[in-house]
Amino acid sequence: MAEQSSYVRRALAEPQPPPVGEGVLARMRARLFDGVFNTVLTIISAAIIIALVWPTFKFLILDAVWKGSSRVDCLPETVGRQVGACWPFIQAKFIQFMYGFYPDSEQWRVNLTYVLGLILLVPLLIPRVPGKRLNAILFFGVFPVVGFFLLVGGVLGLPHVETGLWGGLLITLVISFTGIMFSLPLGALLALGRRSELPIIRTLSIIFIEFWRGVPLITVLFFATYMLPFFLPASWEIDALARVLIGVVLFSAAYMAEVVRGGLQAIPRGQFEGAMALGLGYWRMMGLVVLPQALRLVIPGIVNSFISLFKDTTLVLIVAIFDLLGQLRAAFSDPNWATPVTLFTGFAFAGIIYFLVSFGMSRYALFVERRLNTEQAR
Amino acid sequence: MSVQIERAAAPPRVAAYNNPKVRAVFYQLVLLALVLWFGYEFALNAKANLDAQRITSGFGFLDTTAGFSVNQSLIPYNETDTYGRVFLVGLLNTLLVAGIGIVLATTLGFIIGITRLSPNWLIARLAGGYVELIRNLPLLFQILFWYLAVLGTLPGPRQSISIFGEIFLNNRGVIVPAPVAGEGAGYVVAAFALGVIAAIALRFWVRRRQDRTGQPFPLFWTCLALVVGLPLVVLVATGFPISFQKPELRGFNFVGGIRLLPEFVALLIALATYTAAFIAEIVRAGILAVPRGQTEAALALGLRRGATLRLIVVPQALRVIIPPLTNQYLNLTKNSSLAVAVGYPDLVAVFAGTTLSQTGQAIEIIAITMAVYLAISLITSALMNWYNAHIRVAER
Repeated sequence: MAEQSSYVRRALAEPQPPPVGEGVLARMRARLFDGVFNTVLTIISAAIIIALVWPTFKFLILDAVWKGSSRVDCLPETVGRQVGACWPFIQAKFIQFMYGFYPDSEQWRVNLTYVLGLILLVPLLIPRVPGKRLNAILFFGVFPVVGFFLLVGGVLGLPHVETGLWGGLLITLVISFTGIMFSLPLGALLALGRRSELPIIRTLSIIFIEFWRGVPLITVLFFATYMLPFFLPASWEIDALARVLIGVVLFSAAYMAEVVRGGLQAIPRGQFEGAMALGLGYWRMMGLVVLPQALRLVIPGIVNSFISLFKDTTLVLIVAIFDLLGQLRAAFSDPNWATPVTLFTGFAFAGIIYFLVSFGMSRYALFVERRLNTEQAR
Repeated sequence: MSVQIERAAAPPRVAAYNNPKVRAVFYQLVLLALVLWFGYEFALNAKANLDAQRITSGFGFLDTTAGFSVNQSLIPYNETDTYGRVFLVGLLNTLLVAGIGIVLATTLGFIIGITRLSPNWLIARLAGGYVELIRNLPLLFQILFWYLAVLGTLPGPRQSISIFGEIFLNNRGVIVPAPVAGEGAGYVVAAFALGVIAAIALRFWVRRRQDRTGQPFPLFWTCLALVVGLPLVVLVATGFPISFQKPELRGFNFVGGIRLLPEFVALLIALATYTAAFIAEIVRAGILAVPRGQTEAALALGLRRGATLRLIVVPQALRVIIPPLTNQYLNLTKNSSLAVAVGYPDLVAVFAGTTLSQTGQAIEIIAITMAVYLAISLITSALMNWYNAHIRVAER
C-alpha cells in the first residue's frame, strides 16, 4: 500500500495570472487574442463572418434591382453590372405570396382579420396590460369565429370565398393559428388522461399520443387527404383545407400533450393533496390549482411547439395546398421572371418572413422564461 | 400527553352515482364504448366507400407488377418487379439517407455545440448564429433551397466544379470515386470485424480486471490499434486489394465513380445541417448541466485534465445528452420523409406517393407506411427506456 500513498504538494502553487482589466481592449485581448491558438480561431471566424455577411448584404441591398416590370430589368446585360436580388419579382408576385388567389376585391377581409388579430394579440403578450381574462376570451373565443366568417364569407352579404382560392401567407397563418388554438386544450386533456389513474383512459391516451408522435407529419397529411375520406360517410364533403387542419391539430396535440405532461410532473404532490383537502373535485383541482401552475412552468416548451408547428405548415404544399412556400415554388416556374437571381431572391424573401416569425416567438419564450425565473427567485 | 382518536365510524352510505369508484368505471366504459362505436362506424363507411368505388381491399396488390422505374435503388430493381419490391427499395433508401444523415448531423452538432462554449467570443457567436439561423427556418424551405437554388444552379457536366480532381459537382449530382474491391478484399473486411469483436471483448475484460485489482489498462489506444490498425496491416499485407475508381468526363457525361443524385445530396445536406443545430443545443445543455464543482473536485483529487473530462464530465454530460439526442435521430428519420418534395425515392415518395396513385389502395398503403415509422419509433424508444434505466444514477 506504500506506493498508493497520498500526494503531498511540496512546491508553491504558481501565481494566478493578473485579473483582466476593465477596458474594452483588455477584455478583447482576454477573449479573442489570448494565445496563438485563440488568435488563429479569431482570425478564421472573422474571415468566415465577413465571407458570409458581406456578399449577403451586397446581394440584398447594394447590387439589388429595385424597380422593373419584367425579367429583362433583372438581367445583368440590361443593368450593365452584377445583379443582386431582383425585388421587382417579389413586387409582381406579392399579392400571390400574401393571399394566393383570394379575389382582389375581397382582400380587405384578410387584412381586417390580421388587424383584429394583432389588436387582440399584442396586449395579450405584454404582461403589464390589464384585463387578461377578457382579452383571452376575445382572442381565443370570439376572434376565431369572427375570423372564420370574415374569411369564408357567405353571411351578412359577404360573398363566399372557396378555400381552394386561399394561399400564400394567409394559409400559413390560418393553419398555424388553428393548430395552436386547438392543440393546446386537446393536448392538456390528453396529458391529464395520460396521468390519470383510470386504466382505460390512461391506455387510450398513451396509444393516441404515441401513435401521432411516432409517425411523420407527411404521412399524417397523406392520411388526412387520401385515407380519411374513406372512413367518413360518402355524403360528407369535407373541405381539403379542413381535412389538413384536422391532421395538423391531432398531430400537434400529441406533442403538446407531452409538453404539458412535463409541467404536470413538476407540480409537487402537496398541491394535489392540498386541493383535495379543500374538497375540490377532479376538474376543479386541475382547472384551478394544478393546470395554471403546470402551464406556467412549460410556457417555453409550449412556445417551442408553436414554432415547430409554424415551420411544419410548409409541409402542406406536398398535398397541393399552396402556402407561402408553395406559392414561392409556383412563382419560380413563371417564365416571365426566369433570371439567374430569381431563386435566391424568392428564398431570401420567404426566409426573412419565416425567420422573423420563428425568431420572434423564440425570443418571446426566452423573455417569459426570464420573467418566471425572477418571480420565483424573489 | 396522549390524544385519543375516536375510531371512525363506518363511512356514510352514499348513492351509487356519487361513489367515485362507480363513477370511474362508468366514465371509462362510456369512453370505451364511444371509441369502439367510432371504429365500427369508420369500418362500415370504409366498406361502403370501397364497394362504391370498386376497390378491392387487401394486400394482394403487393404482388402485382409495379411498372415504373426508380432512379436510386440499393437492391436490384426494374420495372417488372412488384409493388412489394418497391416498398423494400423505398424503405432501404429511407434508411440510407437517415443513417448517413445521423452520422453527419452528430459530428457537425457536437463540433458546433462545443464551439458555442468556446472561451473565444467570436467563434462562440458564430456557432450561435448558425444555430439561430438554421433552427428558425422550416426544414422544407431548406431542402428546397439546397435543391433548387444551390444544386439546381450548378453548371452542366462539361463545366463541372472539380474538388481536387476527385469529386465533381454538376447539375446532375455529385460524382465521387467508387471503391472497387479486388482479390482478397474479404480479408480486410474480416480483419475489421475481428478487430471490433476483439475490442469489445478486451473492454469487458479490462473493466472486470480494474474492478477487481484496480490496475488500469491503456484501453483507448489498444482498441484503436485493433479496430483501425489490424485492417490496415491486412490491407498492406494483401497488397491493397481495395482501390478507388476515379470518375472521368467522356463526351457529355461522367463514366466511373458513383453518382449521387442531386435529390439525395440536397436532402442529406438539409437534414444534417438542420438536425445538427438541434444537436448542438443538446450538447451545450448537457455539458453545462455538469456542475463546476464536479470538475473542481476531480482536479482536487489529482486527476489530470484529460482524465477529468473522460471520467467525470463526459459520462455525466452523456446522461443528459443521450435521451434528447435519440429523439433528434428519430426526428431526422421521420423528417427524411420530406424527400417526397424533391423527388428522392424514399418510402413515402415511391410507396405512399407513386404506388398509391397507381393502385388507389389508400388505406393499406398509408397504414403500412405509418406502421413502418411507428415501428422504428417504438423500437428506438423501448431501447431508450432500457438504456435510461441502465444508466440512471443509483440514489441510496
